[in-house]
Amino acid sequence: MKFVCYSHVCVVWVLWFPPKLQSHACVPLMYAEAMVLTAIRGELVVIPVEWSWLTLSRVLFSRQEVMKWNGWGYSDSRFLFNKKGQAEFTGRRYRLSGMVLPSLKDWFESTFGASLQHKSPATATLNASAVPFPSLNEAFLQDLKSTGIPFSHEAEDRVFRAHGHCLHEIFALREGKFGRVPDLVVWPNCHEDVVKTVDLACRHNVCLIPYGGGTSVSSALECPPDETRCIVSLDTSQMSRILWIDEKNLTAHVEAGIVGQDLERLLNESGYCTGHEPDSMEFSSLGGWVATRASGMKKNVYGNIEDLVVHIKMVCPRGVVEKSCQGPRVSIGPDIHHFIMGSEGTLGVVTEVTIKIRPMPEYQKYGSVVFPNFEQGVACLREVAKQRCAPASIRLMDNAQFQFGHALKPQVSSIFTSFLDGLKKFYITKFKGFDPHHLCVATLLFEGDRERVLQHEKQVYDIAAKFGGLAAGEDNGQRGYMLTFVIAYLRDLGMDYYVIGESFETSVPWDRVLDLCRNVKERIVRECRERGVQFPPLATCRVTQTYDAGACVYFYFAFNYRGLADPVNIYGRVEHAAREEILANGGSLSHHHGVGKLRKHWMPESISDVGIGMLKSVKEYVDPDNIFGSRNLL
Amino acid sequence: SVSQSCMVRISSLYPPPLALASCAKPRDPALKKRDDFEDILEERRSSSDLRYALRCYVPVVYKGIAPCKPGVLKTAVLQSDRLRHVMSKETGESADVIREEASGILEEMAHRLRLGTVRFFAYSLSKAFKALFQRVRVNEDGIQRLQQSIQEHPVVLLPSHRSYMDFLIMSYILYTYDLSLPVIAAGMDFLGMKIVGEMLRMSGAFFIRRSFGGDKLYWAVFSEYVKTMLRNGYAPIEFFLEGTRSRTCKSLTPKLGLLNIVMEPFFKGEVFDVSLVPISISYERVLEEALYARELLGVPKPKESTSGLLKARKILSEDYGSIHVYFGHPVSLRSLAQGRINRSQYNLLPRHIPRRPSQETQAFVNETAYRLVRLQEENMVLRPWVLVAALLLQNPDGVDMERLVEQTSWLRGLAVSFGAFLDWPDYVSASKAVASSLALHTGLVRTEGGRAQLAMEPKEPGSPEEDLFDRAASVLSCASYRNQILHVFLRPALLGMAMQMAEASRKDDIYSCFSFLRDVFSNEFILCPGGTVQDFDEACYMLTKCAAVHVQKQEVVATEKGQRILSFLTSLFQPFLKGYQVGPAPFLELVDYPRHFCFLGFLPSATSELTCYEALSSDVQKNALAALLRMKVVRKLKV
Repeated sequence: MKFVCYSHVCVVWVLWFPPKLQSHACVPLMYAEAMVLTAIRGELVVIPVEWSWLTLSRVLFSRQEVMKWNGWGYSDSRFLFNKKGQAEFTGRRYRLSGMVLPSLKDWFESTFGASLQHKSPATATLNASAVPFPSLNEAFLQDLKSTGIPFSHEAEDRVFRAHGHCLHEIFALREGKFGRVPDLVVWPNCHEDVVKTVDLACRHNVCLIPYGGGTSVSSALECPPDETRCIVSLDTSQMSRILWIDEKNLTAHVEAGIVGQDLERLLNESGYCTGHEPDSMEFSSLGGWVATRASGMKKNVYGNIEDLVVHIKMVCPRGVVEKSCQGPRVSIGPDIHHFIMGSEGTLGVVTEVTIKIRPMPEYQKYGSVVFPNFEQGVACLREVAKQRCAPASIRLMDNAQFQFGHALKPQVSSIFTSFLDGLKKFYITKFKGFDPHHLCVATLLFEGDRERVLQHEKQVYDIAAKFGGLAAGEDNGQRGYMLTFVIAYLRDLGMDYYVIGESFETSVPWDRVLDLCRNVKERIVRECRERGVQFPPLATCRVTQTYDAGACVYFYFAFNYRGLADPVNIYGRVEHAAREEILANGGSLSHHHGVGKLRKHWMPESISDVGIGMLKSVKEYVDPDNIFGSRNLL
Repeated sequence: SVSQSCMVRISSLYPPPLALASCAKPRDPALKKRDDFEDILEERRSSSDLRYALRCYVPVVYKGIAPCKPGVLKTAVLQSDRLRHVMSKETGESADVIREEASGILEEMAHRLRLGTVRFFAYSLSKAFKALFQRVRVNEDGIQRLQQSIQEHPVVLLPSHRSYMDFLIMSYILYTYDLSLPVIAAGMDFLGMKIVGEMLRMSGAFFIRRSFGGDKLYWAVFSEYVKTMLRNGYAPIEFFLEGTRSRTCKSLTPKLGLLNIVMEPFFKGEVFDVSLVPISISYERVLEEALYARELLGVPKPKESTSGLLKARKILSEDYGSIHVYFGHPVSLRSLAQGRINRSQYNLLPRHIPRRPSQETQAFVNETAYRLVRLQEENMVLRPWVLVAALLLQNPDGVDMERLVEQTSWLRGLAVSFGAFLDWPDYVSASKAVASSLALHTGLVRTEGGRAQLAMEPKEPGSPEEDLFDRAASVLSCASYRNQILHVFLRPALLGMAMQMAEASRKDDIYSCFSFLRDVFSNEFILCPGGTVQDFDEACYMLTKCAAVHVQKQEVVATEKGQRILSFLTSLFQPFLKGYQVGPAPFLELVDYPRHFCFLGFLPSATSELTCYEALSSDVQKNALAALLRMKVVRKLKV
């Protein structure tokens, strides 16, 4: 029954989904989601197409029914090794879904020394009785009830909002271990609801932790274990409406709980987009982007969150903070937006944001370039940045990541394609003399009107050629971007077989890029060896963003932990060492993940004691009773 | 005397130490494990030198990188950001002129490694070594470790410097074991030698001026040249921490210039790590033995020249015993710097712009240099003769053979328990060891009627000055052997002397005397600034271990049994104490004294104590004067 309107929905889907994902043919279906959900709840409702306001955000009221409680993403989408030992990706949401990935097993086993024989499965279901009993502030609860704002103290709801996606958080969940979790979850429906909630929290001295998409990788959502007050998780998912679109000024006023994919989809219906596409855009929220200073893949065209935001409304214990106009640039003292952006939930809740929008691009084109080595690749990116002609996205993967991407190639359907692949490989390695163990790939995404895109493409390929780069086709480029969407799912697969890992990022001046990449990778390898990790770890990086004065570098680090007593602890120490190495090599503490609690140790040395004092004094004024007590950042 | 009076003054200035206990317990030096040696000449004696010199030579290289050509290297240096920066700063002259000048400097400096020349050296050195030495012994485990290091990180080879032979031996050994040949920092003086200088250049030497004080361009070219080689992992870089050959066989206070340069790429993140390999080259008899004693007495060093080299051929007919080359464990600069150097201090300035190292960096480099020299010292192989020489110098009137044998055997036990690396296998009896030691050094010792005595009588009597000169020369030659073992006894001896000086057993008093003595002698011996507490603990530990002293919470007391040890130790260092008391006295008004003056200026009577001869050594005088200046006891007047 519930499939009744599938065809219906498909049509809509293709219309609104960004062209980049259109090719993800077999559908992540928001509507179907809602139907499944209602079906599960025992009501059989067919949702008409007109109900387009039904967004994932809304569904996220009880997100555990759509999403994994102890892993990344949708419950139906996961990697597994089938009976034949071949990797496949389940579900129907992504381009890779339902496909067999024949080379993944070999790559996995040879990279990590892992074996399909050695499994480390997760606890299957959430054992509610193991979750600490909520300690509730009765007076707060009474007043909250009178406001009519929905709330819950069910174990599942609370556990779900007690974590982000750091390795140690997910690892604990897989083992069925729960630390301090929020005592209560509230779902305000609008700005006024938030004002009421914050007001009550202040009155009853309750600790609030805002919760958006839950994709944090900085321990920002972790409840401080020694917090004795009642902790309330303020879930913004119900605040997910676009309140208005201003086509004259190209801005949209949006509630902050909306998640990236909904925002894009809804704007696309009107022919617009924000163009802000962080890798987590499927699940992360607008409010979360503001609170962490997020960066999107296509920032070269659209800018990072700080460039996109025109107006912010935030509810703090001291009151509501916002500017009185929407002037595109102002000189009225230090920009208060910059107190809000990056405050990581320590000052208040962002409720509404006015964000720039752009007409949807007419044309998109992927591309890729193969370089003989990483050094040449970086030199090329530097030149592209110098000439300020970076495409919407340009990323450079190192050799290990190139091989990783290769391992994710789906089964080739025809002999012809496989022959063609072989021919390409022959051309690059034999004819052009690229060493397969050194070559690396840059992936490109161009956007705009067709003619300009083609012109731009030529300009970039010409520069690449000067650095020994060879154009390597659209397909390779597209696969590169796919990797970022599925990598988090892949981590769950690794964790089923004793492999743990994570990513971390930094930004660094151009002249330091190569040194930093080499030293950090080597540090990881050395630290692992010194800490008794048996098999050399995977330590790989890519340059993901270019700026005038530097670049953003992203690392993946994973290792096989069989035989180690406390793998998470070792992981943490190695990551800590890697961060020290980053800082010693002129890298920043974070480019876009934020500080949270994971990296706050380095804050004083990063921004100086006086800098810390400045932030503290703001915190003291805005939230003197530490109602927003996540203890991030400071 | 001056130094004695100042002793009192200065020691009273020292506040009592707050905490004497250091966190790290000294470990027992006698338990130090060392590798075995292989004689590399053995094979040379049994197979063709020519084939050896022409064999296939494929060394392992850093990260599998193919070494670039010297020409490419030069271009890289000339086009480096650092040089461009210096050129842009240099005013008054056009860029072309400066570039020309830089290119000239590089031309004069750069090495031109050629395999052909290396093969020529491999052949001729094989012949020479076989004639000169009985054995050239190398610890092969050290070679293995080095081979591993070369592949992982840029390597810096840091041999001790006692002889011109040092770098020839080094390259010879690396060639023998199929390791990358090092590029070697050599003094410009060698370029004075026709042909030979250029041949050294073609075997990997690069030449630096002895002094280039304010010449920014020279410094930039030089440091960039070394750093470029290091960053690219071009070849191991070799230089002598001590800066020059030690004429006394004592390690010299390390020079920091080159060490600073090779560390900088690590500090600035340009390389992941740098392996510093201390290498100890010990000679049973140094080729330059006689020359050194004369130099110490003020006869100028003969100028390096090819004809001089040819004249020196006659040394080929003498027996110089064995050479031991010990490749120490590579020291990871990264591990040393861990927690000491905050590398992010380099984040705010473009890395090619030179900057004075911060104080913490300077202290770290200095400390590392001392540590490395101490590692060199630790692995110096000592022959029994060194013990004999030490004893003979304490008995100027000679000693009965029997007694000498007994004392040597006793000293051997003491030295070993203090961690000396003695080449004295158990199956060799003391009498045999003493006998063979005396046999190899007949020039220095006279054995007559069951007595052994330093050979002091001149062969043909001359003027009183000449006789004195000869006597002093033979004492200094003998002292150069004794000097080899001083580092083993240095810390306990300082404690022993401090106990004598303090005339009380209060630990605090002894510590402040110890600290004073250590300060006085820090130009003379390898005593790292700031390591007083650690050295004091080490000394206490060692003397307690051999039951010479009893260390309590507040007191340090000599034991009955310890008298012999303590009196040996104090008299071992007596010549230095004396030297510091009387040595510099004549020059205190004459700061800018001419070189030869150190001999003529001070004539002790022939009957005076033997120890006074050592006060004639320009080395002791120089160090003493430097110490007095450093401690602000004397002031330098411009004359």
